[in-house]
Amino acid sequence: MSDRPKLAVWKFASCDGCQLSLLDCEDELLDIVGAVDIAYFPEATRDEIEGPYDLSLVEGSVTTAHDAARIHEVRQVSKTLVTIGACATAGGIQSLKNWANVDDFISIVYAEPDYIESLDTSTPIADHIDVDFELRGCPIAKTQLLEVIAAFLQRRAPNIPSHSVCVECKLRGTACVMVAQQLPCLGPVTHAGCGAICPAYNRGCYGCFGPAESANVTSLASWWLKLGIPEDDLVRSLRTFNGYAPQFREVSETYGQ
Amino acid sequence: MGSEREIAVDYLARVEGEGAMYLRLRGDEVLDLKFKIFEPPRFFEAFLRGRKFWEVPDITARICGICPIAYQTSSCNAMEHAAGVDLDGQLRALRRLIYCGEWIESHGLHIFFLHAPDFLGYQSAIDMAGDHLEQVQTGLRLKKMGNTLMTLLGGREIHPVNIRVGGFYRVPTKAALQDLVPELEWALGAAIDTTRWVAGLDFPEFERDYEFVALRHPDEYAIASGRIASNRGLDIAVEEWPEHFEESHVEWSNALHARLKTGGSYHVGPMARYSLNSEQLTPAARRAAADAGLGAQCTNPFQSIIVRAVELVFACEETLRLIGQYEPPPAPYVEVAPEGNTGHGASEAPRGILYHRYSVDDDGLITDAQIVPPTSQNQLSIEEDLRSYVVGRAHLPDDDLQWQLEQAIRNYDPCISCATHFLDLTVDRE
Repeated sequence: MSDRPKLAVWKFASCDGCQLSLLDCEDELLDIVGAVDIAYFPEATRDEIEGPYDLSLVEGSVTTAHDAARIHEVRQVSKTLVTIGACATAGGIQSLKNWANVDDFISIVYAEPDYIESLDTSTPIADHIDVDFELRGCPIAKTQLLEVIAAFLQRRAPNIPSHSVCVECKLRGTACVMVAQQLPCLGPVTHAGCGAICPAYNRGCYGCFGPAESANVTSLASWWLKLGIPEDDLVRSLRTFNGYAPQFREVSETYGQ
Repeated sequence: MGSEREIAVDYLARVEGEGAMYLRLRGDEVLDLKFKIFEPPRFFEAFLRGRKFWEVPDITARICGICPIAYQTSSCNAMEHAAGVDLDGQLRALRRLIYCGEWIESHGLHIFFLHAPDFLGYQSAIDMAGDHLEQVQTGLRLKKMGNTLMTLLGGREIHPVNIRVGGFYRVPTKAALQDLVPELEWALGAAIDTTRWVAGLDFPEFERDYEFVALRHPDEYAIASGRIASNRGLDIAVEEWPEHFEESHVEWSNALHARLKTGGSYHVGPMARYSLNSEQLTPAARRAAADAGLGAQCTNPFQSIIVRAVELVFACEETLRLIGQYEPPPAPYVEVAPEGNTGHGASEAPRGILYHRYSVDDDGLITDAQIVPPTSQNQLSIEEDLRSYVVGRAHLPDDDLQWQLEQAIRNYDPCISCATHFLDLTVDRE
């Protein structure tokens, strides 16, 4: 047994994209596995080293009674627990069922609803256990994931800016798509981290990193309406991958059901 | 006869998503076998109802972080079909180009990180790197090539932002694509070497008579468009899917099982594409296949790793061709108006055909959605492979049998996150 820290990667309801981000660190992956022991990461290895684990990365949201119990077991075996991605930090796209009747949803997709076990809600990990750090994004940015792992190894706080995507547009030199092209954009209320990709590709930000710190979503909503965006479109735009995050949820519920 | 025994894998490793396997044996006889998908359901087909048609590619991408382009493309194809629009020229070429990026990334991941360790007896590629560092480094660099292409065209590699119904938000400059050429030329050579490397692995003697189903296109090795064809005479337009295929719901899986109404199981993915369309591969890919000893068809699922490597050669060569002929199109997208219609779309995800159907109302809202991922379609075939594979091998110790059966599942590069909208192995010996 080595004395390197033990890393574990856990999956709940998700698309696997955020844990794939770790394998997508092509230039750094061999250095990472030199610095930590990959103790539990079923997507990458059959091997399983017993806990406790020094750093647990948790992907996905809680949508079943089984997972609601399992997340407590994961917490118990984890010294530091970091949630990665919009599913784990806000409930994910599957939280759209929180505004619907889950039995209707089951019967739309499955012929034998009795075979399916699903809670009425999709909820973020922090609704269930104490979380040491939340990394946003749908998907997370791999540079930020590397920063979280490096910070953990160096026993310091991760340097993850909490400002909005607007700042990233300015840094990138992208002209404001809302001002210049009257495109509806969630950039002013969305957490930085992606590098302001969407405006650079000629479209408004769609909020995949979730609400920025102290985001004034109410004010942005009124600006959208002034641009002539229908209320229905505003509600749908707020209800995507981070729709159940409180700041987005409250405003979408002001305008929609 | 011998006593009964049970082999159970509760959480299958090196696949995308949560799946399990359960096997109960009496001597050589399989009493029960289940390939289980316990990935929690996420109900995409339900919450797509009431969304605007143009939101769909961004939402369906989130079904799978490994093959978002496949979801985005099949969604766009369906909306465009509903509107009677056929993408052509450079927009069609760009869609094929970004899809090649996803094939390179996904096949690179599967060959080097998920599949090769089985053949060489390692728990993971990380363990494999100790003895095979050069191969692992090659795999990483190939994967990165695919991701670089997706990032340039899509904005980022996972859940790209630049794909829209009708085309793209922004198209690349010729110069930006040309910059990729030197690394792509390296990747093409590396993919050819990879084919040679994997062709030298040891393969179990195991062949099955599959019905292969894949897209087929008159002019090219089909990726993002074509008709649906099989090696047993099926030849239908994508919109005829519902008349020929059905999905059923079994208790042990949160993924619906798809089957042919006429027959039963069928096989989608690289082996199906190769067996139907190999004569349309690019020259270097055809040579690599011949050098690897592949015939006109490949029916040993363990050799799917060779076919993936051949497709890797193809995807690199095709990318170079597409970049070579690229001229920026006059507009990044064409207008698509699917209101009031139903559209069907399909494309070849790295692990096989991905079918989507949407009905759109007069306000542009989705009223009905159906998504049939490749792994749903392969579930029956996987279970049949496992049943056949055990015959004559039941004498193997549990650990060996379990590993080989896991490998038989990984032959399909199953994506359980996709299929649920699935792996964990249990073997019971009685």
